[in-house]
Amino acid sequence: MIKLVALVPLFPIIGFLLLGLFGKKWSKSLASIVGSGAIFASFVVAVGIFIELLGADAAHKTATFSLFEWIDAGKFSVAISFLIDPLSSLFILIITGIGFLIHLYSAGYMHDDEGHNKFFSYLNLFIFFMLLLVLGSNYVMMFVGWEGVGLCSYLLIGFWFKNTNYNNAAKKAFVMNRIGDLGFLLGIVLIFITFGSVDYATVFEQATHFTSGETVITTITILLFIGAMGKSAQLPLFTWLPDAMAGPTPVSALIHAATMVTAGIYMIARSNILFTLAPVTLEIVAITGLATALFAATIGLAQNDIKKVLAYSTVSQLGLMFLALGVGAYTSGVFHVMTHAFFKALLFLGAGSVIHAMSGEQDIRFMGGLKKHLPITFLTFLIGTMAIAGVPPFAGFFSKDEILAHVFEHNKIMWLLGILTSMMTAFYMFRLFFLVFSGQFRGTKEQAHHLHESPKSMTIPLIVLAVLSVLGGFLGLPETFHAKHLLEGFLEPVFEASEVRMLPNHLTHLTEWALMGVAVITMIIVVLVARSKYVKNNEVPVPESTTLKPAHKLVYNKYFVDEFYNAIFVKPINWLSQKFHSIFELQFIDGIVNGMGSLVVWTGRNLRYAQTGNVGFYIFAMVLSVVLILLVNYLR
Amino acid sequence: MLTAILIFLPLLASFLVFFTKGESAKKIALAFSIVELAVALFAVFNFHRDATTQFILDFWWVPSLGISFKVGIDGISMLLVLLTAALGPFIILSSFEKKYEKPNVFYGLILMMQMALVGVFTSMDGFLFYIFWELALIPIYFICLMWGGKNRGVVTFKFFVYTLFGSLFMLVGLIYLYQHSSAHTFDIESLYQAGRSLPASTQGVLFWAFFIAFAIKMPVFPFHTWQPDTYTEAPTQGTMLLSGIMLKMGIFGVIRWLLPVVPLGVAEWGNTAIILSVIGIVYASVIAIMQNDMKRLVAYSSIAHVGLIAAGVFSMNIQGLQGAMIQMVCHGINVFALFYIIDLIEKRTGTRELSKLGGVRSISPVFATVFMIVVLGSVALPFTNGFVGEFLLINGLYQFSPLASAFAGLTIILGAVYMLRMYQKSMLGELSPLTEDFEELTYNEKLVLYPMVIAIIGIGIFPKPLLHISEPAVEELLRIIALK
Repeated sequence: MIKLVALVPLFPIIGFLLLGLFGKKWSKSLASIVGSGAIFASFVVAVGIFIELLGADAAHKTATFSLFEWIDAGKFSVAISFLIDPLSSLFILIITGIGFLIHLYSAGYMHDDEGHNKFFSYLNLFIFFMLLLVLGSNYVMMFVGWEGVGLCSYLLIGFWFKNTNYNNAAKKAFVMNRIGDLGFLLGIVLIFITFGSVDYATVFEQATHFTSGETVITTITILLFIGAMGKSAQLPLFTWLPDAMAGPTPVSALIHAATMVTAGIYMIARSNILFTLAPVTLEIVAITGLATALFAATIGLAQNDIKKVLAYSTVSQLGLMFLALGVGAYTSGVFHVMTHAFFKALLFLGAGSVIHAMSGEQDIRFMGGLKKHLPITFLTFLIGTMAIAGVPPFAGFFSKDEILAHVFEHNKIMWLLGILTSMMTAFYMFRLFFLVFSGQFRGTKEQAHHLHESPKSMTIPLIVLAVLSVLGGFLGLPETFHAKHLLEGFLEPVFEASEVRMLPNHLTHLTEWALMGVAVITMIIVVLVARSKYVKNNEVPVPESTTLKPAHKLVYNKYFVDEFYNAIFVKPINWLSQKFHSIFELQFIDGIVNGMGSLVVWTGRNLRYAQTGNVGFYIFAMVLSVVLILLVNYLR
Repeated sequence: MLTAILIFLPLLASFLVFFTKGESAKKIALAFSIVELAVALFAVFNFHRDATTQFILDFWWVPSLGISFKVGIDGISMLLVLLTAALGPFIILSSFEKKYEKPNVFYGLILMMQMALVGVFTSMDGFLFYIFWELALIPIYFICLMWGGKNRGVVTFKFFVYTLFGSLFMLVGLIYLYQHSSAHTFDIESLYQAGRSLPASTQGVLFWAFFIAFAIKMPVFPFHTWQPDTYTEAPTQGTMLLSGIMLKMGIFGVIRWLLPVVPLGVAEWGNTAIILSVIGIVYASVIAIMQNDMKRLVAYSSIAHVGLIAAGVFSMNIQGLQGAMIQMVCHGINVFALFYIIDLIEKRTGTRELSKLGGVRSISPVFATVFMIVVLGSVALPFTNGFVGEFLLINGLYQFSPLASAFAGLTIILGAVYMLRMYQKSMLGELSPLTEDFEELTYNEKLVLYPMVIAIIGIGIFPKPLLHISEPAVEELLRIIALK
């Protein structure tokens, strides 16, 4: 199976080409079968590869397959080639598996949209680029996928292209990603200059000869991390992600769970040896991650749009993953990527099911009491909520707990802030859950009349994801449970080189139990508070027109970050653009150019008077000149 | 011999076309340009991938002055000749649904232009190079003057005088070199030898004599102010010739007639050239952001792209130069396609103003998709042709100066800003009164644009054949420069 790795990205690209070239004439069912089928085929191969890797001995856990040489110039050479190892095999499994479920779901969700077939072609392209990103065996291939998913997010966020706001959101996503991409690109170039190659194998092998903390490694990792900040929506490049919900809901699920935003985590996990050698960068990663986690969580507390709450929760959870990577807990970061993919896909698809039932309404103030109308969505959404909030033994509990344990070792204050983030997460998620599903329905009569559970193609993915959200955590049971951490064992070869440079786990079992206890107890308290607020007292967030208290207003308006960026970047650049053109370009530079022209004309015009045609004048001038010449000669 | 055919076939064709009457001119022109392309392809396939100059034709022209008619093709020339020959038929085809007055003159001039361009790229004699260089200016001057927009008079005059002014410095430089050559000929080797024998300070002066001529042609900031006006006022085919091929004369000039001639001068002033180029990238990109006229927007984007190419050339390493070579070809393709699309929009709606357009994608999806792919090539998305060159250029520039590279790299952000803005304002959103019955691509238009789309993606995925044509010649060039 491993030898067939090229098939994994091949199926989606074929699906894309077929749908893109001929899809317009196809029926919707054919398009969805081709689109979903392509991903399913990839998924089957991915499973085969995964199983084969499980059985392989240590020496056969890594394999590279080159298709052809792509770009070369002098010493620089890069091939289209794939790397299969535990890390990439895990990621392709997540991407194709969850990707397939999202495709399946879209068949129902997008059924009435006129762009249905086009939608599937974009989805396939998205999966293709994401697979390239994780399968590439060198940094340039990663960059190809990296920019490719940026393009697809652009196409999908602006899918309903008649709406200018959506188009702006799409453009914002692309441009903001590109800010990160520039960092990544320069990082790749510096990698080439430093190691003479961009192939992972060569780079990582050579990196082991460097000592920890060398400037060049630190520079490389910071540049790479700038790329990760853009793609994975970290401070300060996060504002595109909440806006990205302009696209159809399955796209949000795809971007937030299976693809795109996890790219940054993958990049750092892949380059773990470089980051381990750059403790300064790791500290920056950890601090950025933690700050983002906290910041986004506070915003999540006050949002009233169901997708926006989830969007900020993604930003916050991604921050948590970076925090894990930053403290050197690479496995935990990847573990959380996986569990998060399960429950975040579940939550977004669940939200889609709710929006579908609510005839497009996204404001949770106008929902409520949907429990009885949408039983499957209700149950699965509850599981998702519990998973993200860290209720044991759901998936999120184990991965989050593992991260926090590592953070505790690293720095106690960071741990405390991590717990605080977790508490806020539990609060806003249960706030969301209660406001949507319990109490009385607060929407219009028409909406009430229309409420219905979604079709099977939508609920089946929900059920599968719910099962995964329940069981996913058991792949990474803590040592305290006297169980084997399956994921850690599997990923061992990838992080080996880093682990020997990291301090071993010092926590006693007692401490681990205590930490776990603190996390669970705080979580329970928060859930109870949310319950009394939104279930017992039937509180509903205030309507739009109310004047908010300053703190509330600040959070509700997302700290005015967008407005801030607008004021310090967008507007000045537009202003500069106009002034450069109207003043510097047209008046100054062109003024000089035209001035030189005018000078010539002016000189010519005035010299003209010397050419009078009067012989007397010419003789006079001649005599005068001769006298002058003689005079000058005499004086010398 | 092959080189001579490539030069004189278009000339012969242009004479023939001049004497035809009516609409058949365009067909004859097209037929000849296709033959020219076939000959160029034949040359490519018979080209040995090494550093030598091939298909040489060499005879004395003015023996008393040491001027010979010496032309030949090496890897660097080959790519540019290929670009010139390949764009020819498409430029002609792109005008098929237009009715120009005096078509025989129009197409005759285009062919004559092609002749001069091939001559520039293949000359191996300094004087001959100069002749072709100036010869290229004449047809384009008349094309702009006779078929341009309403301000054509002033704009074209400025363009003509400005570029001619620059070339005069080059002429002085060439003559100076000639006088200091031991063999007293204009032969390229003899001029290389002459330039290298000069002291550093003289080489520095000569650097500027040549650089100003080339910088105006490209154009590099701050010698660029003729360009946006000329691109905007010229008829579309004229803009295509100017931006697709003619600006490469400047870059080619630097590669062939500057770097190896006065290496000490380049060592001293190369930094300045890079700084100017990089300023130009950012400056032009920023200006492009707020342009309303699509043609002017693309004109500024072209200054930015060319700035990156120039910076890559002056970084003088294999990545920078190879990036420049392939980017010259790819920029030619992309900018041709962009100007064609803008022309089609103008033909359908009567305007190029972004504020009056919009919504086209909902009624002409194929048009919008093709436009999208061209835009992606232009913003250098991986697997499109723009990426290969841009990546190598930024790579090469980084080795010269990380800071310059970071600034130049802003083009990937700003490029996305202005190109996506242009796309959004013209193609997305709601229909405007002018775009209400926007027609889908016609058969003829597809004939022009589909090959471009194939080239954009094809070169993006398989750039190696092109890279390999120029690589040995570029390596040889770097070796010569390193000798000092």
